[in-house]
Amino acid sequence: MTESRDLDNVSDDTAPGEESERESIAGGIRGYAIGLGLAALLTVASFWAVQTNLIYGPGIPVALIALAVAQMGVHLVFFLHITTGPDNTNNTLALAFGVLIVALVLIGSIWIMAHLHHNLMPMGEMLMRQR
Amino acid sequence: MLGKLGWDSIPLANPLPIIASGVVALVICGVLGWTWRRGYFPYLWREWITSVDHKRIGVMYCVLAAVMLLRGFSDAILMRTQQAIAYNSPGYLPPEHYDQIFTAHGVIMIFFVAMPFMIGLMNFALPLQLGVRDVAFPTLNSVSFWLTAVGALLVNMSLVIGEFAKTGWVVYPPLSELRFSPGVGVDYYLWALQISGVGTLLSGVNLVTTILKMRAPGMGYTRMPMFCWTSLATNLLIVAAFPILTATLAMLTLDRYLGFHFFTNEAGGNQMMFVNLIWAWGHPEVYILVLPVFGVFSEVISTFSGKPLFGYRSMIVATMAICLLSFMVWLHHFFTMGAGADVNGFFGITTMIIAVPTGVKVFNWIFTMYGGRIRYTSMMLWSLGFVVTFVIGGMTGVLLAVPPADFVLHNSLFLVAHFHNIVIPAVLFGAFAGVTYWWPKAFGFTLDETWGKRSFWFWITGFYLAFMPLYVLGLMGMTRRLGHYDVPEWQPWLIAAAGGAALIACGILCQIIMFTVSIRNRHALADTTGDPWDGRTLEWATTSPPPVFNFAVLPDVRGEEAYWGLKSTARENRRLSDLPDYVDIEMPKNSPTGIVSAFFATVMGFALIWHIWWMVILGFLGAWATFVVFAWRDEAEYHIHASELEEGDRRRREAKAKLLDLPPEALA
Repeated sequence: MTESRDLDNVSDDTAPGEESERESIAGGIRGYAIGLGLAALLTVASFWAVQTNLIYGPGIPVALIALAVAQMGVHLVFFLHITTGPDNTNNTLALAFGVLIVALVLIGSIWIMAHLHHNLMPMGEMLMRQR
Repeated sequence: MLGKLGWDSIPLANPLPIIASGVVALVICGVLGWTWRRGYFPYLWREWITSVDHKRIGVMYCVLAAVMLLRGFSDAILMRTQQAIAYNSPGYLPPEHYDQIFTAHGVIMIFFVAMPFMIGLMNFALPLQLGVRDVAFPTLNSVSFWLTAVGALLVNMSLVIGEFAKTGWVVYPPLSELRFSPGVGVDYYLWALQISGVGTLLSGVNLVTTILKMRAPGMGYTRMPMFCWTSLATNLLIVAAFPILTATLAMLTLDRYLGFHFFTNEAGGNQMMFVNLIWAWGHPEVYILVLPVFGVFSEVISTFSGKPLFGYRSMIVATMAICLLSFMVWLHHFFTMGAGADVNGFFGITTMIIAVPTGVKVFNWIFTMYGGRIRYTSMMLWSLGFVVTFVIGGMTGVLLAVPPADFVLHNSLFLVAHFHNIVIPAVLFGAFAGVTYWWPKAFGFTLDETWGKRSFWFWITGFYLAFMPLYVLGLMGMTRRLGHYDVPEWQPWLIAAAGGAALIACGILCQIIMFTVSIRNRHALADTTGDPWDGRTLEWATTSPPPVFNFAVLPDVRGEEAYWGLKSTARENRRLSDLPDYVDIEMPKNSPTGIVSAFFATVMGFALIWHIWWMVILGFLGAWATFVVFAWRDEAEYHIHASELEEGDRRRREAKAKLLDLPPEALA
C-alpha cells in the first residue's frame, strides 16, 4: 500500500509519455499528438537527408541511422509508454531483453555471413584479389 | 476456380497413404459416431471445445500431442522397417514417399508432439502453482490451442490431398524453392507452421504475462516453484525466437509465391542466409522444449525424494543462463557450411559453455535425491531414466560441439542418434512424467502404476536398442535420410534399431493399456484429498480436479514451497489455517472464438496452399469478423457467489484435515 502512495506523490513529476490515472483525455491525446508530430518530422527528415547536398555524402547512412534510432525512441516513449518509472520495470526489462536478442542475432548473422562470403567467394573474384 | 486442386491431387496410385488415411478416417468417423450416439456433443462443445479454462485447454493440448505422437511414431516405424530391409533392395517405400515420411516425422514430433505437450503442461500447471485462477488472457489461450490444432490438421491433410515436403524438417533452400520443389508439399509445411506459430507466440505472450503479473499474494519471484521459473524462461524464448521463424518462413513464402529471391540460387539470393536464420530460431527452440521438462523433473524428484529441491537459487541462475546462452550457439548446426575457424571456434566454445548450467541442474537433481526417502513411482523412474540417458546424450553433444569432430560426424546417423538421445529422455520422458504426475490433479484419480512402470521399461530398453546402433552406424559412415544402401555391415545394426522401435511400440501399447485400465478402475484409484503424492507446491492445495476457479480464496504465500509450509504449520498447530473471508468472484465465460477462428484459419491455410484466392479472402474475412464479434462482446464474465465458494472450500478443508490426521475441531 505504501508503495502506491509513494507513486501518487511523485506522479506530478511524470516522464514524457507516462500514463497516469488522473490524466485527462485531452492530456492523453496531446501525448499521442506530440508523438505523431515527432515521428512524422523524423520521417520527413530522413527523406530530406538522402536528397540534400548539405550532408557530406558518405555521412548520409550515419544520419539515417541516427534518425532511425530517434524514431524508435519516439515510438517507445509516446506510443508504447516505456518509462523509467518504478512500475515500469517489467516493460524496461522486456525491452532490454528484446534489444539484446535482436543485437545478438543481427551481429551474429552479419559476422557469420561475412565469413561465409569471404571463404566461399567465386574462383574469379579470389584470383582477382590475389593479383 | 479451385487453383491447383484437382482429382489428380489425391495420390490414388500410392496405396500406403491411402490405406493409412482410410483407416484413420474410419477411426475418426467411429469416434464421432459414438460421441453423437451417446449424446456427448453438446457436453463436449460447452465444456471442452469452447472452454477458456486453462486446465481444460492444457488437457486438450496434451491429447493433441498424444494423438500426434502416434502419427509421428508410425512414421518412425516405417523408416526403421524400410532401412532394416533396404540393403541392396529398394525396400517397400519409394524414394519420394520415404522423403515425405522423414520430413513429416521431424515436423510432427517437434511442432505437434513436443510443443503441445510442453505448452499443455505449462497451461495446466502454471496458474495452479502460482496460486491464481486462470492465465492472463483466457480466450486468447483457447485461440492459441485451436490454431495449433489447425497446423496439425493441415499436416495430416497433406497425407490424402497432395503431398508433404520432401526436404527434411527444416526445408533448406534451394531444394525447398519452387524450382526444385514445385509441388504443394513445402506450402503445406509453410502454412501449417505459420498458423500454429501464431498460436505458439500468443501462448508465449500469455504465459509470460501470467507469470510476471498474476501471482498469488506473497508469491515473490524467488518463491515460485522451479517449474514456473523454467516456464518463464521457455516463454521468454518463445516470444524472442518464434518471430525469427515467422520472418524466415515468410521470406521463403515470398520466394515461392511472388517470385522473390531471398534464398534462391540466382538473382542475388543466398540460401545460406536461410540456414543461418532458421537455426537462430532452431537452437532456442531446443531449449523451449527442454526447459519445461527440467521444471517437471525438478518437481517430481523433489516430491518423491521428500526433500526441497537442492540448490533452488542455483537452479534459477542456471535456467536463466541457459535462456540467454541459447541465443549464442546457433552456428553449431552448420559448422561445415564454410564460416571458417574463427566463427566455428567461437560457437564451439559457447556450445560447450551452455553445457555448464545444464550440468549444474543434473547435479542439483542428484543432490536432491541424496539422503532423501525416495519413492520409486513410475514418475521417479522416468526421471532417473532421463538423468542417466540425458547425460550420455549431453556428452555426445559436447563431442559434436568440437568443430573438427563435427566435420567428420555431421549429417551422419551419429547426429541423429545424438538429438534423439536428448529429445526422447528429456521431452518425451518429461512429458510422460508430467502427465502421470498431474493426471490425478486433472481428473481426480491416479494412473495405474503397474502399467506405467512396464511402459517405462519398454521405452528405456527400446530407446537404447533403437539409438545406440545409430551411433555405431554414424561412426561407420552411414549418412542420415538414406532410403536404401549397399553396405552389408550396416544391416545388422539397422535390424537391431528396428527391434528397438518395436520395443518402444510395446511401451506405447502399455501406456494405452495404462489409460484404459486406470479409467476403468477410477473409483479404486480416486484421489479424495487433492494431494496424492504428498506434494510441496500450491496445485496440491486445492481439490482434484480443481473447481473452475482453482482456489476459493487465493492462497497466502509465506515462503518457498508454499503448500509444504501450509501443511507443516497445520501439523504443528494441530489445526488448519483460519477460515478466510469468502467474497464473490468473476470468471471468464466460455467462448467459441477459438474454434471459429481456427475454422477460418483452416480454410485460409488450405486455400493458400492450393492457390484458391477467393477462398483465401473468405477465410481472412471470416477470421477478422470473428475477432470483431469477440471484441464487441457485452458480457465476458459471470459471477460465482461467495456462499458457493464457502461450501466447496468447506469440503476441501475437511479432506485436508483428514489427510493431515487432524481432529474435526481443527477446521474452524
